[in-house]
Amino acid sequence: MSSLSAYWRNRTRREQMLTGYAFVAPIVLYTLVTGFIPVVSSLYLSFTNYNMMTPARWIGLQNYVQVLFHDSLFWRAMLNTAQYSLEVLPLNVLFSLCLALLVNQKLRGITIFRTLYYLPVVTSSIAVSMIWLWLYNKNSGLINLFLGLFGLGPVDWLGTPGLALHSLVLMRVWKGIGWNMVIYLAGLQGIPKYLYEAADIDGASGWKKFSQVTWPSLRPVTYYIVVMGLISTFQTFAEIYAMTNGGPLGSTTTVAYLIYQRAFGAFDMGNASAVSFILFVVIFGLSLVNVKYFQPQD
Amino acid sequence: MSEAGVVTGRPESRSLGRLRRATAGSLLLYAALLVGAILTLTPFLWTLSTSLKTPQTVFSIPPTFIPRPVYWQNYTDALNAAPLFRFLWNSAFLATTITVLRLATCSMAAYAFGRLRFPGRDTLFLLFLGTMMIPEHVTLIPNFVLMKFLHFYNTYKALILPSAFSVFGTFLLRQYFMTLPYELEEAARIDGCSRIGSFVRIILPLSKPALATLGVLTFKGIWNWFLWPLVMLNDYKAFPIQVGLAFFQGQVTVRWGPLMAGTTLAMLPVLIVFFLGQKHFIQSMALAGLGGR
Repeated sequence: MSSLSAYWRNRTRREQMLTGYAFVAPIVLYTLVTGFIPVVSSLYLSFTNYNMMTPARWIGLQNYVQVLFHDSLFWRAMLNTAQYSLEVLPLNVLFSLCLALLVNQKLRGITIFRTLYYLPVVTSSIAVSMIWLWLYNKNSGLINLFLGLFGLGPVDWLGTPGLALHSLVLMRVWKGIGWNMVIYLAGLQGIPKYLYEAADIDGASGWKKFSQVTWPSLRPVTYYIVVMGLISTFQTFAEIYAMTNGGPLGSTTTVAYLIYQRAFGAFDMGNASAVSFILFVVIFGLSLVNVKYFQPQD
Repeated sequence: MSEAGVVTGRPESRSLGRLRRATAGSLLLYAALLVGAILTLTPFLWTLSTSLKTPQTVFSIPPTFIPRPVYWQNYTDALNAAPLFRFLWNSAFLATTITVLRLATCSMAAYAFGRLRFPGRDTLFLLFLGTMMIPEHVTLIPNFVLMKFLHFYNTYKALILPSAFSVFGTFLLRQYFMTLPYELEEAARIDGCSRIGSFVRIILPLSKPALATLGVLTFKGIWNWFLWPLVMLNDYKAFPIQVGLAFFQGQVTVRWGPLMAGTTLAMLPVLIVFFLGQKHFIQSMALAGLGGR
């Protein structure tokens, strides 16, 4: 209290304080209204039976019991989402790093290639979905026509339960590499030259230089890419909505799509809230694990 | 040059060998770059090509890349199936409005969090950052219920008001503001400039790169917005482009010519803007990426 009145008596401090509160007020209010309150109300809704027509009815842990123990589609969606992330992330890191190393070379016209590789990033998920829906078409899609040249196929890329999720992974990798390439490129350009000079003096080979200098120096960048990738792949929705509707046989139903289906298809807000809260806990847990075990030490 | 070569002999041939190896190396690099470019570009070119093919030539085997005859009818069909230009306009309106609002609110909050001292600042900032961890799907249902309750359902109020602020944007700008030297502001304050004055006349003009980054990211984000407008809007004439494109897909289903024509129209504005400002665009992305690490 005394510190507050001390603040108030000093003219410059008073001005700082008033300006400060005035400047943060809108955004703090926003955070409360669309951040904290919804999390609390989402938690509340997950303990109720609510369809938006009749008032929410408290049913305790029933939604959680239902979802965790009697809901095979929920577990299917969790596994699908995990599998999708585990396939997308390593492929993305591998290809985007290769591309970044490639476009980091001093070659004539290299910026043209950088720009081209970035194109899928600026294209929206829905537009990309339309393009790949046509590429993956069973009878006349370009991919099957290409395979046909070698007497292979036709493959029903999006219609085969064991394959559809992998097809979506491939598309996501195609769309995402350019973004990570640019981040890796910035990272590569930030590695001090003297590290490579020192490696040269020690007579290090190209691979040695990569494994001893480049890769360790890029660790914070890789960390960032993996964390961000995890958060975004765990929320995959638009492609599923536009391409497979979660099918065939639930093989591409992600948790995010399941929440949408239950909340806005079946209007089972209680169940959907329970699922979304479980997703929240999972993402939060994964982020904590990441911070604890993988965060760079600098 | 040749004289030196005659005299010493060996170094000349060695450097020639190095040159040859370098050329072979760069040829290999170009080959790799070209494979990457083909894999990236083919889906786009195939989309464009399909959008100009007749309903018969779409399915022709072997496939042709150059459409013959060029069939513009797909574009008229696409525009008749759904008001795509209207969708584009809606997106442009939403993205511009939200970007302007966000730049204003985020820069104000970032200035206060980064450069002003007041009691409770750091606690507030931490609480505030915590919400960055909350996935969209957790707040989706309660926010939907809230918007319904406020009678904002099916209005742009429901789209603009909740997105006029951004935690990430505030964080990004704060990091940048904190790098600016304090002496600049002190000098202005000695000349009698108020806090708000030094914010508007010194900090903001010096932060153009960061503001541009946030602007580009926000615009792109809103342009690609899908889930929230999908659940919040009911009247198709108000749809922004992504929701509109999904709606349009439902109208033409598997008529690939018109579907690819509509997709091309939906992509075109962003691609044009991207090509015009690609250098700044890619730099912005890198800045944002590394700023968040």
